[in-house]
Amino acid sequence: MVLDDQTLMDLYTTMLTIRRFEERVVTEFYAGNIIGFIHSYIGQEAIATGVCKHFGVKDRIVSHHRGHGHCIAKGADMHKMMAEIHGKKTGYCKGKGGSMHIADFSIGMLGADGIVGAGLPIACGAAIAAQLEGDGHVAAVFFGDGACQEGEFHEALNLAAIWKLPLLFVCENNHYGVNTPASYSLAAGEIVRMPEAYHIANNQVHGNDVVAVLEAAAEAVELLRRGEGPFFLECETYRWHKHYLSNELEDLRPREELEAWAERCPIAAFKAKLIAQNVLTCDDVERIDREVCAEVDEAYQFGVDSPYPDPEDALEDVYSL
Amino acid sequence: MREITYDQAATEAIQEEFRRNPKTVHLSTDLAADLTDEFGAGRIRVTPIAENNFVGAAVGLAGSGFRTVANIRMATFAFVAMDQLMNHAAKITYMFGGQATFPVLYRMTVGAGISAAAEHSVTPYPMYMNAPGLKIILPATPYDVKGLLKTALRDNNPVISFEHVCLGGMKGEVPEEEYFIPFGQACVRREGADVTVVALAKMVHDAMDAAAELAEEGVSVEVIDPRTLVPLDTRTILDSVMKTGRLVVVDEACQTCGAAAEILALVSSDRAAFSALKAAPARVCGLDVPIPFSPPMERYAIPDKAKIVEAVRGVMRSSKPS
Repeated sequence: MVLDDQTLMDLYTTMLTIRRFEERVVTEFYAGNIIGFIHSYIGQEAIATGVCKHFGVKDRIVSHHRGHGHCIAKGADMHKMMAEIHGKKTGYCKGKGGSMHIADFSIGMLGADGIVGAGLPIACGAAIAAQLEGDGHVAAVFFGDGACQEGEFHEALNLAAIWKLPLLFVCENNHYGVNTPASYSLAAGEIVRMPEAYHIANNQVHGNDVVAVLEAAAEAVELLRRGEGPFFLECETYRWHKHYLSNELEDLRPREELEAWAERCPIAAFKAKLIAQNVLTCDDVERIDREVCAEVDEAYQFGVDSPYPDPEDALEDVYSL
Repeated sequence: MREITYDQAATEAIQEEFRRNPKTVHLSTDLAADLTDEFGAGRIRVTPIAENNFVGAAVGLAGSGFRTVANIRMATFAFVAMDQLMNHAAKITYMFGGQATFPVLYRMTVGAGISAAAEHSVTPYPMYMNAPGLKIILPATPYDVKGLLKTALRDNNPVISFEHVCLGGMKGEVPEEEYFIPFGQACVRREGADVTVVALAKMVHDAMDAAAELAEEGVSVEVIDPRTLVPLDTRTILDSVMKTGRLVVVDEACQTCGAAAEILALVSSDRAAFSALKAAPARVCGLDVPIPFSPPMERYAIPDKAKIVEAVRGVMRSSKPS
């Protein structure tokens, strides 16, 4: 697959945007300026970026509790994201969802669900819709190795397989459910043995290599658009932060493992490659970083400056008209 | 007027709405042959036996612009789908700030009376009343099931239709012309002056039989069928109690924390209705036991005409002197 310079730069910029957004959230959380359950996507940026690059607004995705990266990669507005994370009226969910439940239905981002595995059945519905619409659009669901332990995972694989749903399963295998290693929790050993058992085409890629993810997803999405779905893509990766940001929660993962994965930073490696290939100059790198940081600053400030909802707004949106 | 069964009336509602709206899907573990023939296997889908999956798929379809009927068959199977019903269907409109609508009609049977034992005889709608975001309907007649399902299929929220297992074969008058029954509008099944009986689901029929028997004793019973629990027509109930001064609530669900308890709380916390009471209100509910298999025990565990008659007589006897 030959990728033009613009595509490569876009991939780099998207990954960097996710990184800078998440870094800002981490900083402000530990400074006491953000509350709630925040699940950082740092370390996994290449997956959302490489997969969502193939999608337009009519391709629908379902995300999980660690969902900021999927939102940004799908084209969500960081202002509304930051406002939601701050519980403000101007947020995507008017402050009712918070970090864990950001959605933007106008761009086909059907929301992040905080229950492990719960996005899978919902994504089946989005894929049935795409199949009935019949215009080649697809659905994708992001989930982790933890979700592979849930019944909802197996039910979704089974349904997608028997109905040939245009559904891309994107397993972000970061090897841990909080502190419990997937090697302990998953009897199947290799995750792809499970889609294999359901006769679902599958592939395993290095999830920190954005081009590898992009290329594997390209092949998968093409199959889906032709009605030859579903497809299961396992992306091996690692989260850099604790399960959620916290001063109390312990991180029991081996220190050396974390350090080894930090060496395999999806962004640093890609940046070095683009400079070596003369796609980016060092000036470009500085300029892009400046621009991205300015955007994140502006979004953050919007979140801070936005008004809180009125308490009685709690009564709205329980039902639709 | 023509007479058709409760089940036929329900199917007609779905057929009419599916003809009108092509973006509709039916999911069920059972083949719905009468629907498949007309609408095709693309829209009328037989699912694997995976309730949590298809209950959640209906949520995803809704978020993608489709309207779904998910027939869970028996309420006991819905317990398998609690994650999707409680964590998602009920909350998703709210949690995402009302950005999208989630129109899904979940259908399931409830109730005892067919020796189906504890698991398959549940009446759990009170539990769902405690989950804001869901609408709850209890159609008690062929006419009502068609009119309420028609309304449900135009509503933009998740609606659960609890249909009593003994009613499916019941025949009743159903007009050929299209009609809708609005949610939150109770039906006064029988007007009366002495005591208000609020009865739910199949108990409406037992209450009507009881009212006929009591009329022979000179007791005039008003029978109210709320028809929908969420929203609940509180006005009709309160007005009736203010007229009669006496209240008996009849529900097959277990008594503790039930819909009957909620209706009693409604009346006793309304100043005007409370002042109008001439006697302490009474409940006739299912006993707080799992439903037993053996018929003598099963009959003992759920309300019937005789128990309703007894409760009404009790309320009449215990009245304060006026």
